[in-house]
Amino acid sequence: MSRAAARRATNAAMNVLAALAAVVVILPLVLIFGFLVFQGSTALNVDFFLHLPKPVGEPGGGMANAIAGSLILIGLAALFGLPLGILGGVYLAESRDRRLPWICRFLADVLNGVPSIVIGIFAYTLIVLPLRHFSALAGGVALGVIMLPIILRTTEELVRMVPASLREAALALGLPQWKVILRIVLPTARAGIITGVMVAVARIAGETAPLLFTAFGNRFWHHGLDQPIAALPLQIFAYAISPYDDWHRQAWAGALVLISLVLVMSLLARLATKGLYNRRGNYG
Amino acid sequence: MADGIRITRLNAWFGPHRVLKDIDLTAVPRAVTAIIGPSGCGKSTCVRCINRMHEVVPGARVTGRVELNGEDLYAPGADPVEIRRRIGMVFQKPNPFPTMSIFDNVAAGLRLAGMRNRAALNEAVERALLHAALWDEVKDELGKSGVGLSGGQQQRLCIARALAVEPEVLLMDEPCSALDPIATGKIEELIVELRKELTIVIVTHNMQQAARVSDWTGFFLLGEMIEFGPTRGLFTSPRDSRTEDYVTGRFG
Repeated sequence: MSRAAARRATNAAMNVLAALAAVVVILPLVLIFGFLVFQGSTALNVDFFLHLPKPVGEPGGGMANAIAGSLILIGLAALFGLPLGILGGVYLAESRDRRLPWICRFLADVLNGVPSIVIGIFAYTLIVLPLRHFSALAGGVALGVIMLPIILRTTEELVRMVPASLREAALALGLPQWKVILRIVLPTARAGIITGVMVAVARIAGETAPLLFTAFGNRFWHHGLDQPIAALPLQIFAYAISPYDDWHRQAWAGALVLISLVLVMSLLARLATKGLYNRRGNYG
Repeated sequence: MADGIRITRLNAWFGPHRVLKDIDLTAVPRAVTAIIGPSGCGKSTCVRCINRMHEVVPGARVTGRVELNGEDLYAPGADPVEIRRRIGMVFQKPNPFPTMSIFDNVAAGLRLAGMRNRAALNEAVERALLHAALWDEVKDELGKSGVGLSGGQQQRLCIARALAVEPEVLLMDEPCSALDPIATGKIEELIVELRKELTIVIVTHNMQQAARVSDWTGFFLLGEMIEFGPTRGLFTSPRDSRTEDYVTGRFG
């Protein structure tokens, strides 16, 4: 075999191997999703999205309260996590100081590794105990704390990636530093930051442990943010360990709704920022 | 009016490293002053000291005097932001704001300085683009992204952006080093036009360019200014042997 032919053969083999590796990587997601559709679709109907859970033995009912609850909890978490994470990330990237950012970065990475149930205990001690009851607020804070380091670090990375030449151009135009950050740096990094936020949302949407003794769960509609609230992961957990076939089917449906929720949100964020990717042009 | 830029005993450091040594230089109004020299000789640092951009780099330090029309730009109360509005700058690589349209790029300086009046903005943007000889090429696509333009057009867009705020001085830091000869030619024509109204300081490592566009030239070597004088004189009868070696192409 000539050397050229050998090279072509090696190239073809490596191409196949690399493609195979890519397929194997996405295979688990496809399998999980397929299995969820297979198991969950039987219990999935309009009622599932509109009705409260029915008592045991009564057929039908849905998880409307849990779906709404999850969305509210994600919203609350974002309310705490987004401003803090993004402002902190900008600070880490822009500060000329070395020590404090180094400490923050290190602690954020540690926080990222803290088991989520520990963060649940933290929110329990901080909010549930003083208020003397479980609440949506406590759940939101727990999820917000989980979000925080993810958003902090992605924002930092992306703000750093904005080319120095753009900052210089803006400074040389006579903009004060805060305007350079607000009008030039953040808009340029926006698409990436939104992606980072979606990663964080996807992470917290499925968290169960930190909600066990904060949001607590609720079989009915919640009455205010200082009251216990239902959440999809909690409902799935409760139903999955129950002894009833009917509830098992609903748990599968709940899991399918949860994963679809995250998928749709990621997709919307991608579409909303699509133009931004293109516009980044040669600064990509 | 005025006596333009006057630099006296300017020293600049990056950390412990001294990159400018006692520079004295004057850039008279309505003329082009070129700074030439081999890479790393401090010519970029020198112009960045004029609009106080040198100090943006961590660890950077400046001593000495830089005056604009007699006013000390390093006086204790001097505001770098205010100074940069009066002294425009164009960089080596074209750097339009990628999230903004062509119009918004040119309007950026004015908007961020507080101008809101739509008609006034339109007029200022058109004037700046005409000034930068870009208007005819982009007047029908002002809403498009600035990064979609060719390199030469992007650089003229950056010049328009700098001109829109009507600076008294324009600093150009190797504005053509990333451009092809045709785009370079256009920018050089533009410099000759702009010279009628502005004080221009241009850094270039292209000696032909300095000879073509400038009235005064300073030759820098290892952070020192070796020679300064009328461009023609410096190129045809340099007083210092090092200048002669450089302009005749013996090194650099």
